[in-house]
Amino acid sequence: MPASLPRLDIAEAVRIRRFRPLRLLLGALAIAFAIFVFRAFADAQIDWSVVWEYLLARITIVGLGFTILMTLVAMMIGLSVAVVLAVGFGSHNPVTRWICKTYVWLFRGTPQLLQLLLWYNLALVFPIVGFPGLGSWQTVDLMGPFAAAAIGLGLNAGAYMSEIIRSGLLSVDTGQYEAAKAIGMTRGKTLRKVIFPQAMRVIIPPLGNEFIGMTKNTSLASIVGFGELIFVMQSIYFYNFKVIEMLLVSAFWYLVVTSILSVGQYQLEKRFGRGFRRGGSL
Amino acid sequence: MNVVSAVNLSKSFGAFEVLKGINLDIAKGEVVCIIGPSGSGKTTFLRCINQLESINSGALWVNGELAGFRVVGERILPLDEHEIAFQRRATGMVFQRFNLFAHLTAEQNVALGPVEVLGQAPAQALGTARDLLARVGLSQKLKSYPAELSGGQQQRVAIARAMAMNPQVLLFDEPTSALDPELVGEVLKVMQEVATTGITMVVATHELNFARDVSDRVVFMADGRILEVGSPERMLTKPHEPRLKTFLSALSGSRAGSGDSDAQST
Repeated sequence: MPASLPRLDIAEAVRIRRFRPLRLLLGALAIAFAIFVFRAFADAQIDWSVVWEYLLARITIVGLGFTILMTLVAMMIGLSVAVVLAVGFGSHNPVTRWICKTYVWLFRGTPQLLQLLLWYNLALVFPIVGFPGLGSWQTVDLMGPFAAAAIGLGLNAGAYMSEIIRSGLLSVDTGQYEAAKAIGMTRGKTLRKVIFPQAMRVIIPPLGNEFIGMTKNTSLASIVGFGELIFVMQSIYFYNFKVIEMLLVSAFWYLVVTSILSVGQYQLEKRFGRGFRRGGSL
Repeated sequence: MNVVSAVNLSKSFGAFEVLKGINLDIAKGEVVCIIGPSGSGKTTFLRCINQLESINSGALWVNGELAGFRVVGERILPLDEHEIAFQRRATGMVFQRFNLFAHLTAEQNVALGPVEVLGQAPAQALGTARDLLARVGLSQKLKSYPAELSGGQQQRVAIARAMAMNPQVLLFDEPTSALDPELVGEVLKVMQEVATTGITMVVATHELNFARDVSDRVVFMADGRILEVGSPERMLTKPHEPRLKTFLSALSGSRAGSGDSDAQST
């Protein structure tokens, strides 16, 4: 060691903290903005007692319940459709691939709101639905707000999520398909036992996004008269005129639900990250 | 009985002919090493044997069955996916890049095929898997994921996985080419032990010492053809084919005269 170098061990030396003016400035701005917003809401003509009154009211909780129920049902429909589409895209059968492409083209190419209205008004096109041997029903009776919303939201989400699932399947190395083939596994078994468990790692983060998006998208179902949270809040402020108060109540509950979903997503990512050093938590 | 019979087998990728009329019979219990320069068609030939690739002309018989087709009178009917999957049970494959199932532990990797394809009870399959992993020297790594294992360990798990299916013939596609030089020896040692069990083996490799010590026959391929076949001793010391001479001297030159298989890198 050259004699001119000082004796030094960076583990023991005291470190000088760097002065970071931008951080301080940004922090101060954020706090100032928060105070401004808070003051604005405090000074505004918001009847907070009404907010508290409706926050845990029975009718609010019922609306919230329907929001959660619709999210789950529509996501289940959407996921089933998405998996079938994604697997269909990789099929050797050209007819299957063509059907899948047409489906995605149709459902991704028209507005979600339009689709909901079309399903709700299906009776105008097909007044009667009949299955040979089972009987027939009036479409108006079958396609109520719940069915129209579940089908409309679910089938639309399926078209979008099929791309997420497909990218997940593509993310798995072809060597994994070949190794599964080499031990005599069929395509179906390979997908279920080898490919999907590994694709989940890639699928879950964007799927969590879709889940959260769907929670909020269920509010579109209010247009066909489905009694979810926004529908309930609207019907309350139509008679008590406490518009902002009711909207704040719904905003609070949406945040609660989406926060819980975010935590759930993180847990799922950890579970499917097994065997991968970096896991899903990049 | 021949476990593998290739008769005038040809395979093209588009306009590029990779295999140009391969004729080769491999008897039960035989260990055959296929050597040859990169791009000679060694890997493609192995992939044809377990039908990861389909052939364009000629015929391939594996375990007494026509691979990929059923003969109906004078015509042939292409087999469907399930029937091909069933035929693949006769072959086991060890890949250059291991291809272990990344989401499963070592023992789960070995047990997956027996459970899902052969319908064994999971407990029984896991028991067999542990025995096999012990045989390849990995008793300590049963619960390790592939990412936690070295390349040599992964390849040994892959060998156990292939053996767990009790195939008629084990195919090795350059099993040591993706390994760090110091890990080659442990894999070759396991392969040598597998060879002593009497199972039929076809090994595409650049490991000439392994070919000399373990194989019954050496096949030299170049440009999609088999140019010379013979006993390892004669092939490696008195080659007839000029291209084999060139190939051997190129390989031994790159090894700087070392006779130690552990020190060999390709």
